[in-house]
Amino acid sequence: MSIELGHFALILALAIAVAQTILSFVAWRNPSEGTVAFVRQASLLQFLLVGAAFATLIVAFEASDFSLKLAYENSHTLQPALYKFTAVWGNHEGSMLLWVLILVAFGAAVAAFGNQLTAQLRVLVLGFQGLLNVAFIGFSLFTSNPFERLVPAPLEGSDLNPILQDIGLAIHPPMLYIGYVGFSVCFSFAMAALVSGKIDAAWARWVRPWTLFSWTFLTLGIAMGSYWAYYELGWGGWWFWDPTENASFMPWLAGTALLHSALVMEKRNALKIWTILLAIITFSLSLLGTFLVRSGILTSVHSFASDPTRGLVILGILAVVIGGAFSLFAFRAPSLRAGGLFSPVSREGALIVNNLFLASATGAVLVGTLYPLLLDAATGARISVGPPFFNLTFGGLMVPLLLVLPFGPFLPWKRADLLAVSQRLMAAMIAAVLITVAWSAVLWQGPSMAPIGFLLGFWVMVGSIADLVERGKIGKVPFAKSIARLKGLPRSVWSTALAHFGLGVAVIGIVTVSVYETELVTTLEPGQEATLSGYTVRFVEEVDLPGPNYRSERVNLTVTKGTGIRETHSERRIFVASGQPTTEAGIETFGLSQLYVSMGDRSGAEGRVIRIWYKPWVLLIWLGPVIMGFAGFLSLTDRRLRVGVPRRATNRTAGEAA
Amino acid sequence: MAKLTRKQKRLVIIGGLAVVVAIAAGFILTALRDQIIYFYSPTELLERDIAAGQPVRIGGLVKDGSCARTAEALSFVVTDGANETKVAYNGITPDLFREGQGVIAEGSLNAGGEFEATTILAKHDENYMPKEVADALREQGEWYGEGEQPAAPPAAENACR
Repeated sequence: MSIELGHFALILALAIAVAQTILSFVAWRNPSEGTVAFVRQASLLQFLLVGAAFATLIVAFEASDFSLKLAYENSHTLQPALYKFTAVWGNHEGSMLLWVLILVAFGAAVAAFGNQLTAQLRVLVLGFQGLLNVAFIGFSLFTSNPFERLVPAPLEGSDLNPILQDIGLAIHPPMLYIGYVGFSVCFSFAMAALVSGKIDAAWARWVRPWTLFSWTFLTLGIAMGSYWAYYELGWGGWWFWDPTENASFMPWLAGTALLHSALVMEKRNALKIWTILLAIITFSLSLLGTFLVRSGILTSVHSFASDPTRGLVILGILAVVIGGAFSLFAFRAPSLRAGGLFSPVSREGALIVNNLFLASATGAVLVGTLYPLLLDAATGARISVGPPFFNLTFGGLMVPLLLVLPFGPFLPWKRADLLAVSQRLMAAMIAAVLITVAWSAVLWQGPSMAPIGFLLGFWVMVGSIADLVERGKIGKVPFAKSIARLKGLPRSVWSTALAHFGLGVAVIGIVTVSVYETELVTTLEPGQEATLSGYTVRFVEEVDLPGPNYRSERVNLTVTKGTGIRETHSERRIFVASGQPTTEAGIETFGLSQLYVSMGDRSGAEGRVIRIWYKPWVLLIWLGPVIMGFAGFLSLTDRRLRVGVPRRATNRTAGEAA
Repeated sequence: MAKLTRKQKRLVIIGGLAVVVAIAAGFILTALRDQIIYFYSPTELLERDIAAGQPVRIGGLVKDGSCARTAEALSFVVTDGANETKVAYNGITPDLFREGQGVIAEGSLNAGGEFEATTILAKHDENYMPKEVADALREQGEWYGEGEQPAAPPAAENACR
């Protein structure tokens, strides 16, 4: 019964979304109070209805109600309660409904916190949100209905894909979706601005917190997904340039550019047209990502068995939304007035450089991701564009960006003296070189390109600290006064420095692991050991163990470094319901480095193929994004966003949404 | 910096933009020429006369009874029904690597005409066949579409497991 209520709630939400959209577009020019109230309440109501629909699925999954087809296909009575819960979105239909739930939640957030918006802007923004709601609730209902029943109900479910039975499924998709879908608000604001023709610094102040919020979640979501793939797949890799990874990375790159260009627009009223375009591009890339992952045209862990009509429908939505948005942009953009003059060497100029490189990098990733699909469609040739392509193009574009990054925060708005800024950064340059020399000497294994990467990473890290040192006048005024100055700095300054510092940290981790990781594949029998980079791994024994819904073949190992000895294990789990195996790697953390042991096939009577990696400083790769995510949250609490000085309190939302 | 007029400033910015875009395009085109990897079925691999050492991907089904493991390496045969390629691989196979199932191997041919794989990709779940493999098999008339595939043999304890 409750399943049908959930289904009905979703249909009702669609009807309300249609009404909201039509009313918004009919009445936006001169909205009455009643219109504003209706549109607002419709947004809130859709959130409640979709939330209720989603809740009915959760209830059915937790109760193992296999008369629900989705639960039968993706759950099992033996599954632990957490995985029964996460199984709701561990499949195509459920994950689309999660997408829709987050979409309507953002619509409701705009409605709830938008009291400072003009009635016109509010109605228009919610009109565009409503249009997206119609498209995606409709998609969910008509092509991916999660509420289908099975008669008679099977007694047992067929289990969630074992790879997904992990805490990562509870964290990664919701965070990623909040990031993806959050950009829909930026998109709706951009469309509203184009339609109404009203676009100014206040608009940018409105859009920036939503961008920041989405960007923060996308950053953490991608990092979480990367770490999940690293420990769960047993391949020891943390980024594969897999098309589905690229699908989330492209909106991130474009969103990062948007974050910076919206800053220029907010402070200097310049780059308006570009910022609008970026807002459209960012959400378009989010949609493209959804299409690539959900249509099943890609082979990856994310592609659930899927039927081709869905791909066509998403492609249709994609074409209408993106095509419509770009047409409107082409039609209206020339009438927007450019503002804010500045010299090429200035904060604005630096942010343009940032945008140029990020946009080019987005383009490079886009080409590499779509080229195989297009070539296949056009000529039938099947190719794969792998890591070498992306490392060359993306890496090549990141080098100059990292090189100029530390200059940005030092340059004043409007016009700057490059020589003076270089002099102020001289100490940071020297420090970065010295740290690089020391770091390279410690890790030295012969000549390589690594020191160039280290120099870039440390330069970004030291440069961001230098910004704080400069603003705090550390060493120039008494220490206590410096502390007071630092405390008085706006949080946005702190978060800029922190986010850039985090980026540098990630760069160091990436370069160190890429160049200095070591790997060994060998066959071990009980009692035998292998040594890699000073760590000795000993095969103690193999045991068979039962799990809640699997049985496992477990290899107990010890890891010895110097006099310290640790026990660890790697497992092969064979799931009862599907017979599908997964591998659990044994990961031991030493400081920020990890030793990663993965077991393979049987070899001989009692032997096992064992693969061992030593991954120096690998945790920096994820520590960096975590710092960036923290910086994002910090920036959301900035006073400027909380109490919206100086013009109208337009940004109250951001603080609350955070 | 000398005083620039508004027009000159704009020119500088547009010029810089053009330079960066040109560099990016250069990167992309060079990389697309040199860094892409073609996918072939065993039949295409024979037809196209691929040079030894050139990185490619091959895909098909792991031939039944072809798996053999020595202390150093795993060897198996990839088939598309018409032709076969012998593959050697030193490493850990994916969890779903099995005889009779779809597989993609990345690597290159050695001088002896044997394929030395550096990476083995298998499908990610029980119901899914890599698209490239499905296409390659369809061309050889060995694939009957989703769901009609003859049931996979039970995960017998063969040389691969």
